[in-house]
Amino acid sequence: MTKIPKSVADLKPGEKGTVCCFNDEVMSLKFLEMGCLPGSEVELSHKAPFGDPICIRVGGYALSMRLKEAATIMLID
Amino acid sequence: MAPSSLLKAALIGNPNSGKTSLFNQLTGLNQKIGNFPGVTVDKKTGISKLTVDQQAEIIDLPGTYSLYPKSADEQVVMDYLFDAFLKATPDFLIVVIDASTLERNLLLFTQVRDLGFPVILALNMLDLAERDGKKIDIPTLSKKLNVPVVAVNARTGEGIEKIKAAMACPLHNAPERYFKPVEIAPAVISAVKSHMKIDNDYMALLLAHQYEGMLSLSAYDKAAIDAIVKENKFQSYSIQSTETLKRYDLIRGIIKDSISLPPVSFEKNRWSERIDKVLTHKVYGFALFFAVLFVMFQAIFAWAQYPMDLIDGLMGFLKQTLQEALPSGSLTDLLTEGVIAGLGGVLIFIPQIAILFGFVAVLEETGYMSRVMYIMDKVMRQFGLSGKSVVPLISGVACAVPAIMATRSIDNWKERLITIFVTPFMSCSARIPVYTVLIALVIPSRPILGIFNLQGIVMMALYLLGFLAAILSALVLHWILRSKERGYFIMELPTYKMPRWKNVGLAIIEKVKTFVFEAGKVILAISIVLWVLATYGPKEGMQEAKIAGEREAIAKGFTPAETENYIASKKLEASYAGHFGKFIEPGIRPLGFDWKIGIALITSFAAREVFIGTMATIYSIGDQAEDTDSVVQKMSKEKDPQTGAAYYNVARSLSLLVFYVFAMQCMSTLAVVYRETKSWKWPIAQFIFMTAVAYVSSFVVYSLFE
Repeated sequence: MTKIPKSVADLKPGEKGTVCCFNDEVMSLKFLEMGCLPGSEVELSHKAPFGDPICIRVGGYALSMRLKEAATIMLID
Repeated sequence: MAPSSLLKAALIGNPNSGKTSLFNQLTGLNQKIGNFPGVTVDKKTGISKLTVDQQAEIIDLPGTYSLYPKSADEQVVMDYLFDAFLKATPDFLIVVIDASTLERNLLLFTQVRDLGFPVILALNMLDLAERDGKKIDIPTLSKKLNVPVVAVNARTGEGIEKIKAAMACPLHNAPERYFKPVEIAPAVISAVKSHMKIDNDYMALLLAHQYEGMLSLSAYDKAAIDAIVKENKFQSYSIQSTETLKRYDLIRGIIKDSISLPPVSFEKNRWSERIDKVLTHKVYGFALFFAVLFVMFQAIFAWAQYPMDLIDGLMGFLKQTLQEALPSGSLTDLLTEGVIAGLGGVLIFIPQIAILFGFVAVLEETGYMSRVMYIMDKVMRQFGLSGKSVVPLISGVACAVPAIMATRSIDNWKERLITIFVTPFMSCSARIPVYTVLIALVIPSRPILGIFNLQGIVMMALYLLGFLAAILSALVLHWILRSKERGYFIMELPTYKMPRWKNVGLAIIEKVKTFVFEAGKVILAISIVLWVLATYGPKEGMQEAKIAGEREAIAKGFTPAETENYIASKKLEASYAGHFGKFIEPGIRPLGFDWKIGIALITSFAAREVFIGTMATIYSIGDQAEDTDSVVQKMSKEKDPQTGAAYYNVARSLSLLVFYVFAMQCMSTLAVVYRETKSWKWPIAQFIFMTAVAYVSSFVVYSLFE
């Protein structure tokens, strides 16, 4: 069985991961300038009511994004 | 004493880096707001006194994370820098850096340095960094970056003198090249450089990326760069991504020796996150948000009343004094009835606007507003709006003009446009007097369930109605408008902070100024035009009205004051405004309105509350008693000429109320929508749509109740 690659959208609150790459070029530019880089450690802090958007911790600060956007940040498993 | 010299500087930095606080610390009340050329983004400049004989003019640029703009606000930064680059102004840039996220903040710093600007680095929020266990060695950082680094605390004002001293010293930092774009795109860079006659590689690269969106480039230059980019198959996205990654590599190398990070086990400062768990909770989060809204509206209604009464009294006094002091004539009338009345109509709203924007500023200062956007985003998105639409919609309760200007922070054009389109449905302060009069007219003041009052409930229902109209119209637009452009909600949630009252105060002043100068001038101008229309008319008609009024007054045995008021109402009927009212009467008759209401609908275009004044004149109350109670009394006595029953019955009054909830009757709003969307298409569409909604709803209400 092939493993489905995991993205930031799959994290549970409190769960950590390391960014591997992005699957959307335009979106990735915004993440890069916000300091969310390949190799950065991210942690899901909390989700908004209704589970979307979410807030992650990266580079020492809190970054919120919609689930759709979070799904473009792939994690190393 | 030597003549004082004026240095020019610009503040640049990430959002939430404390840039505006620093600007406020440096300039205080010496600020003025203008516009950047060609765009409507506010340009804040201020004068800072550095030494006895030296001053600096400082521009506060909008916050941005990089020189690759993603919103209208950020585009301004790039255009400003390009212009500054060509003209070799300003003397230097102050890059404001949040020390607690040093790495990310330095990205913008290296970009600015690569453009060759002399730079002073203001290192802010060191206290936050230290609380996270990070220690920054400032002398080493300064040496490594090769620019003066000044530690400041923009909240307390610590280090402001030091930064002023650094600004006063001539700056000679050698140009630095962090990132060498020639390695990635040599052909494009040399071609752009030679076409634009510039000698900076990085500026050439930025132009190759962004020529399409640059406002300061001519069509000729755009076409030339477009040809260069196409010919060389310039891969904008991948080059930008390479650049950003390279810069982060460089930054890590630079700060390695100047920052000591906490040991891995160090429990990071997570108190902000713990507060978030409560404030973004699905129950407590929403409960708190609604509580905040409740307090805010309570404040607008209750607290604003005192200063509003005061302003009203003052304007009345001024008007009376002038009428007594000046010789009577049309010029005096123009001054008192047109100008002073118009001015009063503008000033009366200031208390409510100040209170509402004071609240918004406090919520933004503390960082809570970002959380409101965060918890509301999913809900708002169902209607084609964004979490960021919450601020404009709330602000719309005070005045749609600053509210629409607050939509600039929404990156996505479609979400922003929908927000602009529906914000005027929110019941603004100008509608309150109209609601008050009409509710007092037909809704009995009866207690409901012991604690509520029926009039209060109807008032609340009207606000709710406006909000529903906004949100449902958004849904309609969401279906109609198609957009390929993607919206970001990638947004920093700043740590919670105590509000700085100085910033709140300055924000209030800024919003009030915006209102007075943007909306106020239109209101004033229209008030004067309307005064002319209501005072003058076809000559014979006016003469006849006067004579007939006098004759009828004698027949009815009126006192001199009553006679004067009676003649005034007769003259209004014969005036151009009266003719207009009669002209539109056939159109508004299905809604239950006659030509008198027609006049009020037209004059409401200055500001909706003019309704009261117009009603006062039409029902010949005279301007001495232009208060709500007498208008209500007079209107309630008005009889239907056919049936003899009260003219303002439930059906007619409700129809009128609903009309005022929905109708677009504000020239200032239309003007600001035109400016923000840069096209007449949207204000016209908005006018037609809102008026149609108002017409149909009024018609339905009138038919149901009649």
